[in-house]
Amino acid sequence: MELASQIGGSVTDGLAYLGALARLGVRAAYFTFVAPFQGKPLRMQRAVSQAMQVGVGALPILSLITFFIGLILALQSAYELRKFGALTFVASAVAISMTRELGPLITAVIVIGRSGSAFAAEIGTMKVTEEIDALETMAIDPIHFLVTPKFLAMVVMLPCLTTWANFMGILGGALFGVAQADFTVVTYVKASLDALFLRDILSGLAKSIMFGITITAVGCHEGLSTGAGAEQVGRHTTRAVVVSIFLVILVDLVFTALFFFLSAG
Amino acid sequence: MDQTENPALQSEAMISLRNLRVSYGDREILHGISFDVMRGETLVILGGSGSGKSTLLRTLVGLERPSSGEIWLKGKNIAAISNEEMDEIRKKIGMSFQGGALFGSMSVGENVALPLREHTKLENPTIEIILRLKLDQVGLAGFENYMPSQLSGGMKKRAAVARALAMDPEILFFDEPSAGLDPIIAAGVDELILDLKKAFHMTIIVVTHELASAFLIADRMVLIDKGNVVAIGTTQEMRASTHPRVRQFLDRVPEPEVSQELDYLQMLTEENRRPSR
Repeated sequence: MELASQIGGSVTDGLAYLGALARLGVRAAYFTFVAPFQGKPLRMQRAVSQAMQVGVGALPILSLITFFIGLILALQSAYELRKFGALTFVASAVAISMTRELGPLITAVIVIGRSGSAFAAEIGTMKVTEEIDALETMAIDPIHFLVTPKFLAMVVMLPCLTTWANFMGILGGALFGVAQADFTVVTYVKASLDALFLRDILSGLAKSIMFGITITAVGCHEGLSTGAGAEQVGRHTTRAVVVSIFLVILVDLVFTALFFFLSAG
Repeated sequence: MDQTENPALQSEAMISLRNLRVSYGDREILHGISFDVMRGETLVILGGSGSGKSTLLRTLVGLERPSSGEIWLKGKNIAAISNEEMDEIRKKIGMSFQGGALFGSMSVGENVALPLREHTKLENPTIEIILRLKLDQVGLAGFENYMPSQLSGGMKKRAAVARALAMDPEILFFDEPSAGLDPIIAAGVDELILDLKKAFHMTIIVVTHELASAFLIADRMVLIDKGNVVAIGTTQEMRASTHPRVRQFLDRVPEPEVSQELDYLQMLTEENRRPSR
């Protein structure tokens, strides 16, 4: 009985949390799609500066990591393919697993570490120093002013970053292909492109948009629910990272399953 | 406690509180507050830590919703209006927060200009002029390009006042204007409040526990204790008051130690009983 009520409690908490995230997302969507036609313009300047931080700022580290991931993927798949003398399939193995899965996922994890945590810390600090209250007393909606530009930046930048991650991953695989599997860079890239269907790339990009929405919602929600005191900022920033990673994996599972059954049907 | 008897303050009420109750969760912080704030007066809300004075201020500017009671401000009961209507009222009030609450990512000038950019259709050159005027009023002329982190505590407060003044508010709220400042800088902030009062005849509401500053700037004072109004009156009336809580607060007498076990038990149970009322 005790256990059942505990499980029930956690499920209710979890649903309430998801509800809060959804509310935040809906408000941001309202300010993006409806409010501009009611005389409340979008804050493009803030969105662009966020996009620079989220997107351009992440490029060096993202490039390096996804290049290595591509190389690792090539090595791991070659370990098995070698037994069948099918090393030429390394290119398609890397290309498909990067675009369908690892490109979007690794990008999301890096963005969580760089930007999801930063959103929570920034908004959390503003909460502690009464800056959020100050916005409200100036009749400025914090969701409109702070959160919506972040959603916009993420939804636009995550697919871009993911595309770049896919490309860098394939390049990483090419390093192995050229060194070990009688490819040239050109034949490797051509083999990768031949292996890919448009739906592989699109399903990955669709997932990355969902990841962007998830990361922003969690980061901003954690920031806004920060209580009083500096130590709260740290706690909610950590929570933002942990919860984002969990929810991104969950969203990944749901969408991967969805695409799987859609393509089967 | 009928304030309308005071001949010096015959003017109409700017804000009227009627039996205002505010709770956090099931803990009631304010237990039925009623008083009026007159147009053009400076009212100081006095009270110790945890008395509920900050909650009262947050409720007056619409950051907290009362659980019951009424707050009449500009002919509207802000306890029962929509967010859109509240936003319209918020454009007519200014609030200076304890730590300034300036936006760290924006310069002082951008901070002060923000409400103008958000709520008016003024052209940039006009905003620049208003911005310089407001900074000049608080003694920060020429600081528009500084970042808040480059300002001292007193300057941050002045910048926050400039931002609160940006929309030419009818009512100005101050949360602990002298908190965290040395006596000289704090006196400077008091001076600023007096200047604003003289220059604009604004209605000013200040929450503080600094007695010296309170007696300097106030026309009238309200003493809040444990979520109730203990006393309200002019500075002279407060000084002359014989009410034990007022005397204790003004004479800075520490809370008596609870020596009797029975008293202690009673105090604990009293604390427990209050929220459930």
